[in-house]
Amino acid sequence: MSFMFTVSPDFTPDHLSGWYIFNTWIQRQTDTAIHLEMYNDFHSQREAIDNDNIDLIYANPFDAAMLVREKGFQPLVKAGGEADEAIIAVNLENAVEDVAHLLEGTKVAFTEDPDVHLMGMIMLEPADLDKSNVIEIPSDTYVLVAKHLLKGEADVGIFLAEAYDDLSSMIKKQLRILVRSQISVIHHSLMIGPKLLDKKEQFQQILVDMNADEKGQGVLKSLGFEVWEKVENDEMEFMIDLMDALNT
Amino acid sequence: MISDMKPEDIVGDYKEVTLDLYESISRKILYTEIETPYPDGKLIVSTTTPDGVITHVNQSFIEMSGFTEEELIGAPHSILRHPDMPPVAFQGLWDTVNKGEKWQGFVKNLRKDGGFYWVKATVIPNIRNGKLEAYTSVRRKPSRTKVEECIKLYPTLF
Repeated sequence: MSFMFTVSPDFTPDHLSGWYIFNTWIQRQTDTAIHLEMYNDFHSQREAIDNDNIDLIYANPFDAAMLVREKGFQPLVKAGGEADEAIIAVNLENAVEDVAHLLEGTKVAFTEDPDVHLMGMIMLEPADLDKSNVIEIPSDTYVLVAKHLLKGEADVGIFLAEAYDDLSSMIKKQLRILVRSQISVIHHSLMIGPKLLDKKEQFQQILVDMNADEKGQGVLKSLGFEVWEKVENDEMEFMIDLMDALNT
Repeated sequence: MISDMKPEDIVGDYKEVTLDLYESISRKILYTEIETPYPDGKLIVSTTTPDGVITHVNQSFIEMSGFTEEELIGAPHSILRHPDMPPVAFQGLWDTVNKGEKWQGFVKNLRKDGGFYWVKATVIPNIRNGKLEAYTSVRRKPSRTKVEECIKLYPTLF
């Protein structure tokens, strides 16, 4: 029997090959047949989750709630030292100095990355802005969010901080950060589904020990991570409660 | 336990009032008109027992409240209770969360130094295996318009 692994579609494209390398590595280590399926967007990945096709997932914090509460998933590990943070940026020539000074009708460019969108919209709340009084400009990638700002098609852009930092210096020179979130406790997690739960301890141990092994270190590097850290169920429940509170 | 505020902790000119908190516990409050603006991009997070005793705080909580972590852990959440907050607001909070529902509202919190800060607070009951284990409170930056509305409304609720 083969199990299905997938990665939240918001991963950095540079690390696509890294996830395939990781999948090969984990299959060898656990002696388990796992197929990696990459979905192009959140909708198709959600559909696969709804149909109980997924057994292992590198999930964004927004989906984690549904995976735990509705689908019986449990957390394994998170990337050490990594947290999901959001940035609100504007065109360098935009005169706005403070988020609180933004006005109704502000054009907001964002990707469909659900947790980043949520954090970004929260950072716009001090200006009394919400879904009902902004003009939404959904974009496929963060580079496109930046382009909307450069062309003046959007007033503010919501970025995953890591994606913003990875923009070329040429683009960043023409943008300005209004706010960078400092939440620290929201993160992606590798999670294991009900059909694989009997192997949870085995998977968790192998992953936590991964950086102690030379090959493992190389695989981690290809993902852009240094180490996997164990995530306890309680920690995941806390993050889910936090996301729940923010999503209000 | 909760103790009276001490003049030596207070920064600036202060007023004094005695606040009835809970179960006939009262506390001497010393408060000033100095506002600490809520920092952009940060969340204040804390967890309490079902009785409202603080069990966890994050760094932003420590920075904004002016207390140390040691002072906060084990203290009742009402250590932040500002005399300008009408008791009816907290009654609404407890009535809502006791039903297992989320509560959200705008709160003026008291700092250790007698100053204050406004937050948009969300309190959620943490239900584990069908049992209420704790409450998590997440506070974020409020809009100034909403704060101005509360400044007008709250004095009418006493």
